[in-house]
Amino acid sequence: MAVKFPIFMDAQSTTPVDPRVLEAMLPYFTEKFGHPASRNHPFGWEAEGAVDRARAQIAQLIGARDPKEIVFTSGGTESINLALKGVAEMYREKGNHIVTTVIEQRAGIDVAKRLERQGFEVTYVPVQPDGLVDVAEIEKAITPKTILVSVMFANNEIGTIQDIAAIGKLAKAKGVIFHTDATQAAGKTPIDVEAMGIDLLSCTAHLMYGPKGVGALYVRRKGPRVRIAPLIDGGGHERGMRSGTLPVPLIVGFGKAAEVSREIMADEGARLAKLRDRLQDLILSSVEEAFLNGHPERRLAGNLNISFAYVEGESVLMGLNKETALSSGSACTSSTLEPSYVIAALGASAELAHSSIRFSLHRFNTEEEVELVGTRTIEVVHRLREMSPLWELAKEGVDLKTIQWKGE
Amino acid sequence: MAYSEKVVDHYNNPRNVGSFTKDTPGIGTGLVGAPECGDVMKLQIKVNLETGVIEDAKFKTFGCGSAIASSSLATEWLKGRTIDEAAKIKNTDIVNELKLPPVKIHCSVLAEDAIKAALADYKTKNAETAAR
Repeated sequence: MAVKFPIFMDAQSTTPVDPRVLEAMLPYFTEKFGHPASRNHPFGWEAEGAVDRARAQIAQLIGARDPKEIVFTSGGTESINLALKGVAEMYREKGNHIVTTVIEQRAGIDVAKRLERQGFEVTYVPVQPDGLVDVAEIEKAITPKTILVSVMFANNEIGTIQDIAAIGKLAKAKGVIFHTDATQAAGKTPIDVEAMGIDLLSCTAHLMYGPKGVGALYVRRKGPRVRIAPLIDGGGHERGMRSGTLPVPLIVGFGKAAEVSREIMADEGARLAKLRDRLQDLILSSVEEAFLNGHPERRLAGNLNISFAYVEGESVLMGLNKETALSSGSACTSSTLEPSYVIAALGASAELAHSSIRFSLHRFNTEEEVELVGTRTIEVVHRLREMSPLWELAKEGVDLKTIQWKGE
Repeated sequence: MAYSEKVVDHYNNPRNVGSFTKDTPGIGTGLVGAPECGDVMKLQIKVNLETGVIEDAKFKTFGCGSAIASSSLATEWLKGRTIDEAAKIKNTDIVNELKLPPVKIHCSVLAEDAIKAALADYKTKNAETAAR
């Protein structure tokens, strides 16, 4: 089959909607347009039924006992805000300390920073060079004042999957609420909120081949019953935790996306891991001083993050962007003009953070695409190294650390 | 963020990539930036010792597309100028020529720094040669 350009390998930023998902959604824009809170006519009942089905599909994906534990939001960012701020407000009397990690996605970090400004204390637990959080470090960080532990399930840059069950067990033993940001993990890797001791879980539709604009927060109802203060007041929808008219077509799509992802997870995971491993082998066997970021085994199947020493990430993307969509931890590609704090947290030098490239594969990528992207990446890196003064110095045997850089 | 056509052109067809042997008479070398900042430029000029005209210029850059384009453009502009004329190249000239967006202005500043560093290096070395 002929390869269609540009090739999308940026599936940890978003995914295309699966045709099965789109098909399920369409009737809910037109003939089935009812408001699920309209209790007194068939339009409302039909919409409510559709929302409840989606709730059950998402509950099943993450092993929730009761579909009522699923609260719909506008996406992962809102879910994380609701979880952290909701717990902080509700349990303020109990304590003012929160434990999280240095590699949470921006929403997690930024909400924690805001809570700090509001008088909460936050401990940001470091990660090991492979991206894994040492559970003992979390245990050390917990104090009698701790009300919440929040650790991401799988990282958005390096794909590293944390030992969530061990953290859940620890949180339970300490009587602390446990939130996990599963925006990257849900639909990709098995999740069981019961077996893993998860009290709150954030997820989003658009990273599992559903539509953009809808997400969910799982809120445990039993053992313990978790209570959160709402961010948005209004009609009292979603059991008072998130007011606002539910976007029924998006929710139907989210439900279908969860169902499809759950059904094909094992096969898809194996297929993507094989493609990813091929891409990794192709690149690492052809490019010297290219380093894999994150844990080699404990990571999402479609994720590959590599730092190419002596070349800057944005310049690599620029060499590929007519053919391939990828992303980089380079400062030049971020809105903050800072290099990736995730790669930096692994203990890598800032230069390697600037040099990181993330390949994230999705359901519709093919072997041909992998071969092409791998080959082109290798060419671009070699070309850029030929014009890199750092590569030249390194080849001359100069240790770059010994140079007095006239940096800004 | 879309790149300007000129940035894309310099990125795809960089002018004057390469290196001169540093110690050759008439060569001035500037190395500016820092790896941890994501930008390092090496810019070299080859000056005719009799006329003071820059006969050739070369660069190597570690950095984003705009940094590569800024240094590539700088080498083009340097060729044929006297060292006094070269000193008059301003980063704003580079910004205007390449249509750099505000977040990329630092690339042009770095290119101007590289030009100045290469000229200063040439002058220092040339003074030594003259003293001999």
